[in-house]
Amino acid sequence: MAYMHIGKDFVPPDVPGKVTGRIKYAEDYTREGMVYARLLTSPVPHGRIVNIDATAALAMDGVVGILTADDVYPDGEPQSTGLKILTNEPTLVGEPILAIAAVDEKTAESAMALISLTIERLPFVLDPLDSLREGGPDAYTGGNTFVFRQGFAQEKWTSDQVTSFQNGREPSAEPQQSWEYGDLEAGFASSDFIYETAFSTAGYPHMSMEPRSAMAYWENGKCYLHGTSQSLTALAEPMANIIGVPLEDFVFINEATGGGFGQRSRAGSIPSMAIPARFSQKINRPVMMRVTREEEFTIGGARQGLQGWIKIGFRSDGSMAAMDMYCVSDSGGKGGGGDANSAAAGVSALYQVEAMRFRNTSIGTNTGHRGAQRGPGENQIMAIVAPIMDKAAEALGLDRLAIRKLNAAQNGDVSGSRSTPFTSAYMPECLEQAAEQFDWDGRKSRARQTNGSKVTGLGIGQGYHNAGRSGMDGIVRMLPNGRLQMHTGVGNLGTYSYASTSRAAAEVLKMPWEDCDIVTGRTDRHLAISSPQDGSNSIFTNTRTAYGAAQDMLAKMKEIVAMDLGGAAADYDIDGSRVYQITDNTVGMTYAAVAQRALELGGKFTGEADVPEDLNSLTALSVSRLAGSALMGIYHDPRHAGNPPGFAVAMIEIELDTETGKFDIIELVNIAECGTVVHPQGLKNQLVGGAVWGIGLSALERHLYDPQNGIPASTGFWQSKIPTYLDTPANIGTGWVDLPDPENPVGARGIGEPSMGSVSAALNSAISDALDGHLFNAAPVTTDMIINHVAGISEDAIPLAQNNFRG
Amino acid sequence: MYPVNPKLTRRRFIKGVIASGAAATSTSIWYAANGAERPPGSVERLIRINVNGQVRTVDVAPQETLASTLRYKLGLTGTKLGCNRGECGACTVLVDDIPSYACSILTHSVKAMRIETVEGLESANGDLHPVQQAFVEELSPQCGYCTPGQVMAAVGLLRANPNPTREEARQGMAGNICRCGSYDSYLNGVMRAAEIG
Repeated sequence: MAYMHIGKDFVPPDVPGKVTGRIKYAEDYTREGMVYARLLTSPVPHGRIVNIDATAALAMDGVVGILTADDVYPDGEPQSTGLKILTNEPTLVGEPILAIAAVDEKTAESAMALISLTIERLPFVLDPLDSLREGGPDAYTGGNTFVFRQGFAQEKWTSDQVTSFQNGREPSAEPQQSWEYGDLEAGFASSDFIYETAFSTAGYPHMSMEPRSAMAYWENGKCYLHGTSQSLTALAEPMANIIGVPLEDFVFINEATGGGFGQRSRAGSIPSMAIPARFSQKINRPVMMRVTREEEFTIGGARQGLQGWIKIGFRSDGSMAAMDMYCVSDSGGKGGGGDANSAAAGVSALYQVEAMRFRNTSIGTNTGHRGAQRGPGENQIMAIVAPIMDKAAEALGLDRLAIRKLNAAQNGDVSGSRSTPFTSAYMPECLEQAAEQFDWDGRKSRARQTNGSKVTGLGIGQGYHNAGRSGMDGIVRMLPNGRLQMHTGVGNLGTYSYASTSRAAAEVLKMPWEDCDIVTGRTDRHLAISSPQDGSNSIFTNTRTAYGAAQDMLAKMKEIVAMDLGGAAADYDIDGSRVYQITDNTVGMTYAAVAQRALELGGKFTGEADVPEDLNSLTALSVSRLAGSALMGIYHDPRHAGNPPGFAVAMIEIELDTETGKFDIIELVNIAECGTVVHPQGLKNQLVGGAVWGIGLSALERHLYDPQNGIPASTGFWQSKIPTYLDTPANIGTGWVDLPDPENPVGARGIGEPSMGSVSAALNSAISDALDGHLFNAAPVTTDMIINHVAGISEDAIPLAQNNFRG
Repeated sequence: MYPVNPKLTRRRFIKGVIASGAAATSTSIWYAANGAERPPGSVERLIRINVNGQVRTVDVAPQETLASTLRYKLGLTGTKLGCNRGECGACTVLVDDIPSYACSILTHSVKAMRIETVEGLESANGDLHPVQQAFVEELSPQCGYCTPGQVMAAVGLLRANPNPTREEARQGMAGNICRCGSYDSYLNGVMRAAEIG
C-alpha cells in the first residue's frame, strides 16, 4: 500500500535539540529558590534502621530539612516487595534511607556526614541457591520470596536438591509457578535427539546514560515534577498516587529521557522521583535531587539472573517435539521480574514447540532490584537455546539454517500455554532474508576454519517478543488555522515512536507533515494516555490510537461540511487541506474553515459532548480541559485479538582468538520482522542498538558483588561492562521483511526487544561454533570462560553462580 | 593516534582536587565541585575563561570541575554528566581543539585555554555545524543524552583528521559511551560530516 508518511524517513522534532544540546532533561532545569537534596543510602545489604539522629546535621548553616521513610510512610512502609520511596528496612547496599536538603550539594553532603545512623545488621545473601538451600539466609525480613496476595514466604530445598541442580540434574522440588501444554512424555518419547543441561544467565544493571535525577516544586496547590520516564502519561497517574497528589493537581514534565530500557516505564520502578516532590511539599522550596552514577546503579534496576535446567527433544527431521524448563529466578533485593515465564513463552513462540512444561521459583537476593529490562527472559533464553539448536542440527545431520526454518513461526501458528494465535508471523521470510543479506550459503564453509590462534565461528540467532497492546486512547485537534495538533503521551526515550506513531494521524488526514504539530513533553499540555512504553508495544499500540483519533476527526469534518454544503458525509473526500465533494471537487471547505465551523457548532465537534465513555481517566481529564478549544478527534481503542509478535533474525561471523579469549565480529546482520515499517531510520536504530545490547548480554555484562560484605563492584559503566564502540563492529547490517499485520491499521508491530535477542542468540551460537560446538550454557560467555575452556579448565568453579564471577 | 593534552590528564585532575582539600573519590568530587566554601589559603575565585569564543568572568571554587562551571555557573547545560568520573564521555568538550572530559578537568586549570561546548558550534545565522547536520540526517542520536559529547568528540576528531576511515572514526570516538547502542549511526554521522566538510 502506498503511504504518504508511513515507511518514510523524517526528522523527529526533538533531534535538532539533541545535537545542539538545547533539549532539556530533568537535571537541566532550575527554579528560583531551589535547594538540593542528597540521599543517605544503606551501607549494608540487609538491615533495620534502629535510630536516626540528625540533630547536628539539621543545625548546620544552609541545611533546610530532612525527609525520612517515616515522613513518606506515616502509617508504616508497605509490607510488600518493590522499591520504596525511602526505607527503614534496606535490603540492598545503596537503598535510599533518607534525604537531606540544603542550599547547595556540598552542604547537604557535609550534613549527611553528621547524621548518626544506627542499623541492625541482618543476614544477607547474594546467590538464590544459597538462600534456597536449607538453613541459608533470607534476603527479606519475612522470608526469601514473595507470594502474590499472600506476602513474604520462605522457600527451602534440601542441600542435596540444590547440589543435584547445580550438577545439572532436573530439580525435584515443587515449583512456585508452572504451566504446560501438549503431551510432554510423548514428545520426548518421539525424539531422536535430546539435550539436557543446567544453565545460567547473569543479571546486570540498566545503566541508562541519564541518571534518574528529578526536580519538583509546588505552586498553587499543584505539584510540578521534572523527571524521567519511558511513558509520559502511563507513568503520570501512578506517580501521582505514589506522591499522594490528585491527578488533576499533578504536572509531570519530561521532554526527553536519557535512556529507558524497561526500568523507567512504570512509576513503581522509579519511585525515587517522589523524593523531591514530597520533600518540596514538606519544606516549601523547589528541590533538585541529582542522582549519581553509583545511585543510578542501585535504584536503576537490573535484569533478572536465571539459574535453570532445560531439556529439549528433537525428532529426526529437526522439529522440536518437547521442551521442559525449570528456573530459579533471582528477584534481587526488592523482588520483581517475570523473566523465566517470558523466557518459556518466548521459546514456545519462536520454535513452535509441540509439547512444553515450564516451572519456576523466584528467590530474593540482597542485590540490585529486578524488573523489566529489554527482552526480559526471552533475550537470555535465546542465547542459551541457539547453540542447542546447532547441537541438534549437527547430531541430526541437518543444516543449521534449515532446522530453524523447520521450526519457524508463520501465519496461522499459535504459541504459549493458551495457544494464542499470532496476528501474523513471517519468520521463514525473515530467516531467508537474513541468509541472503549475510550470504549464509557462501560463508558457512568458513565455519571453524583456523588462522593461527584464531578460529572462525558462525552463528544464527532469533529474537521474539510480544509486540503490541491496545485499550489506549487518542486525541487530535484541528486548529482554526488548519494545523493538526497530535496530543501524544508516548515517552521520548530515543525510539522516536512518540513522533512516528503520531504520523498515523497525519496519514489518515493526508496532511503534509509541516502542517502538523506533536503536542507532548508535559502532562498539562493535555495528552492522551499511552501504553507503558515497554514490551516493544509502542508502534502497534499507539498507531492504533493515533489512527483512530484521526478517523474520528475525519468523520466529524465530513459531517460538518455535509451539514453546511449539502449531501451526506459519504459524498465527501479529503486532499490534505480541503474536504471536497467527490462529484464536484470545487465544492468544499478548507480544514481551517471546518475547524472554525466546529468551534461555532461546539458539542461533539469540540469535545464538549458525546465523548467516548470508556476513555481512560487521564485522557478524560485532558479532553475535559481541551473541550471547546478546537475541532477534536477522540478515540478509545478497543482490545485487539491475538498476539502481535516482533521477530528478528541475526547472523554473525566472528574470529575468536583462542590465546586471548577475545573475538572480533567480522560480519553482523540483524533483520526485523515487525509488520509494515513505519520509520526506517528509527527501525534501523533499534536494530543496531539491539545488536549492541545483544553483544553485551552474551559476552560482557554481569553483576558483581563482594561476597563478604554484599557491596556492589560493578557500579560504573566500565565495571558493568556495557559495550563500547570497540566492543561492537564498525558496521552492522540491517534489513526488514516489511509485510503488514492485519490487526494494526497501518500494518505495524514492535521490534525493540527481539532486535537484541536475535544478536545475543547469534553471538552465543557463533562462539560455540568457533569452539567446535562446545556449549557453555551460560550468558555471558566471557573471555576468561573461553580461555579456561581452551586450557581444559572447568569454567564453572561455582556452578550456576549469580552476582559473582562464574569461574 | 589522536592528540592528548598533557596538562589535562586524569592524574593531574585528581592531584588538583586533593590539593584543593577534597578527597579523590568520584562521589566527593561531584559535591566538592559544586562547593561554595572557600578553603583557607585558596586561590583567586573570580576568573576569566574563554568559552565558545567569549571571555566569561565566573566565580569558581578551587576544586570545581569544568563541567560544573559550564552547567551550573554558565547555564551551558548541553554538556551532560553521565558518570562524573571520566568513564562515559557525555561531558566531552574541546579544550584547545582536543576532546576532553569536562567532569575531570578543574576549571582553574583551563584559564588560558579555549573551551568549546556543543552550544558554540552553530554559526551566527543558526546553521548547524556539519557534524550536527550529519547527525540529524543520519538520525545518529537515540535518547540523546550522550549526543553532545559524541558531537564534540566527532568535531575534535575531524579537526585532527578531516578524512578518517571508518575504523579511524571508531577508534577516535571510542571514549564516548552510548547505552542505546547507536554507535553504527554515530559512525555514519561522522563519515557523512567528513563528506560535508
